[in-house]
Amino acid sequence: MNILLLNRRNFLQTQVALVVGASGAVIVTDAAAQAAAPALLGPPPTALDTWIRIAADGSVVANFGKMDCGQGLDLAIAQIVAEELDVALDKVNVTMGDTRLSPNQGGGSASTGLRTGAIPLRNAAAEARRVLVEAAAMKLGVEAVCLSVENGRVFLMSDSAKSITYAELIGGKDFSTTLEWNKEIGNSMNVKGIAKPKDPSQYKIVGKGFKRKDIALKVSGKVHYTAHIRPDNLLHARSVRPPVAGAQPLSVDDASIAHIKGAKSFLKDGFVAVVAETEWNAVRASRSLKVKWSDVPGPFTGGEENVYEYIRQATPTASNAIPMFGGKKAWDDKPTLAALASSAKVLEADYECPFQSHARIGPSCGVVDVRGDKVEIWADTQKPHFLRMGIAKFLGLPPENVQVKWMHGAGSYGRSDADEAPYEAALLSQAFARPVRMQWSREEGTAWDPKAPAAIITMKAGLDANNQVNGWLFKAKGFNGWDVRFTGESPEHVLVGMLTGHKKWNAYNFNVPEESYKFNNHVHWWETVPPYLQEASPMRTAHLRAPQEMQTRFGQECFIDEVAHAAGLHPVDFRLKHLQDPREIEVVKVAAERMGWPNCAKGTATDDVYTGWGLALNAGYGSFAAVACEVEVNKQTGRIWVKKVSIAHDCGMIVNPIGVRATLEGQIMQGISRALHEEVHFDEKCVKSVDWTTYRIANLNDVPSEVDIVLINRPDKPIGGAGEPAIVCFPAAIANAVFNATGIRIRRYPLVAERVKKALA
Amino acid sequence: MPTYKLNVDGVVRDVVAEKDEPLLYVLTDALKLKGPRYGCGVGQCGTCTVMVSGQPMRSCVLRASLVGNKPIRTLDGLEKNGQLHPVQVAFVDEQAAQCGYCANGWVMHAVALLEKYPKATDAQIQQNLANVQCRCGTQIAILRAVKKARDNMTITKA
Repeated sequence: MNILLLNRRNFLQTQVALVVGASGAVIVTDAAAQAAAPALLGPPPTALDTWIRIAADGSVVANFGKMDCGQGLDLAIAQIVAEELDVALDKVNVTMGDTRLSPNQGGGSASTGLRTGAIPLRNAAAEARRVLVEAAAMKLGVEAVCLSVENGRVFLMSDSAKSITYAELIGGKDFSTTLEWNKEIGNSMNVKGIAKPKDPSQYKIVGKGFKRKDIALKVSGKVHYTAHIRPDNLLHARSVRPPVAGAQPLSVDDASIAHIKGAKSFLKDGFVAVVAETEWNAVRASRSLKVKWSDVPGPFTGGEENVYEYIRQATPTASNAIPMFGGKKAWDDKPTLAALASSAKVLEADYECPFQSHARIGPSCGVVDVRGDKVEIWADTQKPHFLRMGIAKFLGLPPENVQVKWMHGAGSYGRSDADEAPYEAALLSQAFARPVRMQWSREEGTAWDPKAPAAIITMKAGLDANNQVNGWLFKAKGFNGWDVRFTGESPEHVLVGMLTGHKKWNAYNFNVPEESYKFNNHVHWWETVPPYLQEASPMRTAHLRAPQEMQTRFGQECFIDEVAHAAGLHPVDFRLKHLQDPREIEVVKVAAERMGWPNCAKGTATDDVYTGWGLALNAGYGSFAAVACEVEVNKQTGRIWVKKVSIAHDCGMIVNPIGVRATLEGQIMQGISRALHEEVHFDEKCVKSVDWTTYRIANLNDVPSEVDIVLINRPDKPIGGAGEPAIVCFPAAIANAVFNATGIRIRRYPLVAERVKKALA
Repeated sequence: MPTYKLNVDGVVRDVVAEKDEPLLYVLTDALKLKGPRYGCGVGQCGTCTVMVSGQPMRSCVLRASLVGNKPIRTLDGLEKNGQLHPVQVAFVDEQAAQCGYCANGWVMHAVALLEKYPKATDAQIQQNLANVQCRCGTQIAILRAVKKARDNMTITKA
């Protein structure tokens, strides 16, 4: 079994195969983690009609089982479908995330939107074209091989007047054609027909840049976000959180909200909420409701000042040599430690990575209508089919009775709070027998969403007398990457579930870097530490864009620079010496050249600022990214400005270069944000990051003056993921640039001004 | 609950609202507008921005009862005769949205700035929009779009 194929969110689909597979790999998690793959929910993948339909007017509907999180994925899918069907791009309408219509492709996940998500659409569209051409051949009384297709019109190549359109052939009717399904659910779902998709050399639409159509709607208030869904007879809801994490509500005082018209409280076990007829009265009631909370000690021992000490001291809950997607793998650090003992020079460094919040710009919102035993859900979840399964279980209903309609929502970037409000709305709608719209507050969206885990990356390397690396040790020790799961497939993965008696699972995971560099006596592994608070914690940890990769690559890619300097080599030359994959070598070279390498000087300084540049590499999701940053460090304030960014990006075959470029621009700013600003503040009792001043993100003042993106297109390679590989690089690239500029190594992100100022002093 | 008359996008609307109710909830809950959106509720992100007498205001912290008869302009009302506002056109040209949830704040602040100062400098644009938040990291494209809108609007007026 090829471990490289086992990307994180394939886990769900691959674990059964892993347990029984010939590799002998065994998963070491608890029973919940080993639960059987879910039943197929959603329409049958074996039906061509599930994927592709031709409407009466000849337009094409493509049902896509993922959704667009703001990168224009639906446009790329439309390009692929239009290409295979030989129809105009604007004739293709892509539907997403409706459990009634969409095949269960697992939802938004691991940058798989195109690299796995597009494959069944491509195959289905090719098969649809084959079926239509054969039908045309029958109608026209000719051989199918004599026919060609243009703009949805099938014509005889020798006499183009003899033709028939797709609309005439099948418009509004079913294909009733069967596809071969690989029996997989989620990211790896695939189907095939008889037809072979086009060779990339024939492409006319795929590979060309097209602009998204949804942006005109989004900038003119015409898009329905979840927050806009207001069925008749709607109740507005707000939840009420404890002042100390882990405190339980003992009683609620309904008299405290009696003055608010129509307001009612709701208490079930540990969950407190209010409902009202208008949204503002729900807000008022949530602020007015008096709740008696149990007296509990603050669970966050020592608060944020103590977090790295907590990690260092903690007894690991689990450890492994690779992420758990690949199964259990042992490691042996003895050869490395023996080699280090004999090294002429040994380098050691710890790198510290913070808790970060998804902090969606619009906090969680869900609208749910429970009518008897039938449930309608509107949500901006990344994974509608899993949410359907989870809420069905939560309400004690069969999943067939529950439908989820994905709506546009605030960008979510992983296992955010998006699945939380829909669960809460479902519970309230069942209780009040009315449709309920639950809207989380800003405070909840930042303080109570699942967090990226804080971690320490420990690195050690030995150099022999000739400055050759003779030992390399990587250890990541941090909070659990899977404290709650990356899907809302079961109530124990959301707050309201845990608050109403669904015990959190006990599966553990973290990450290690890809094997980009080849060193002798190389060892790497990860260890996870216990959560501060076992159940319903505001600091529960989960996937945030490129989960645990920013942390692990921060350690790895900073340490590469440190070892290079110790070995007397430029960090770029050192990388090139140890890299194996030609695609990695190329992105490093290209990004470095944009900064002037190999003829680059050391950092420079004026009276006010130090200037320097640095680089980091990341491979993953079938793609390769090198990010080079030129930074200015203000001598007085410590403020860092990333003045220039160069990205060299190879994601295999590019479907839409405009889309890839936009996605990378987004990663530049979110990457700068996470590298320079973002850290969750908390004391012993609760999370103190509750808004945009206490959880600072990048703003216009952080925009670089020069953005330079080099797209390396490889039409001969499979489509790689473009949503995550580059963002991983930013903390390391910036810290390396700061070292180049100032000679000072900062081994902790975010590189906030005060921290940098202290380091410079 | 008291009733008020609000002048929204050129139409006087009767609304019922609590005395302390922020304009945002009146616009979204009672009037069902889709432009202004809840983002933070404390005036920090700009997602709820509307223009009141030409000034960009954070509707989540502005009481509806204090607006009086001042004209309110919203994203929902920017389009005229089927034509997008030049700022919206520039956002489309530059593809300056990802999830788009925050787009309201950027567009409304840019419209307010450029209608008043059509020749706003790059620095003025940066300063005026620095307290609008975007989580997807679309600021690079947004800055391009606002500058393009300024250049296009200046040319149109010249």
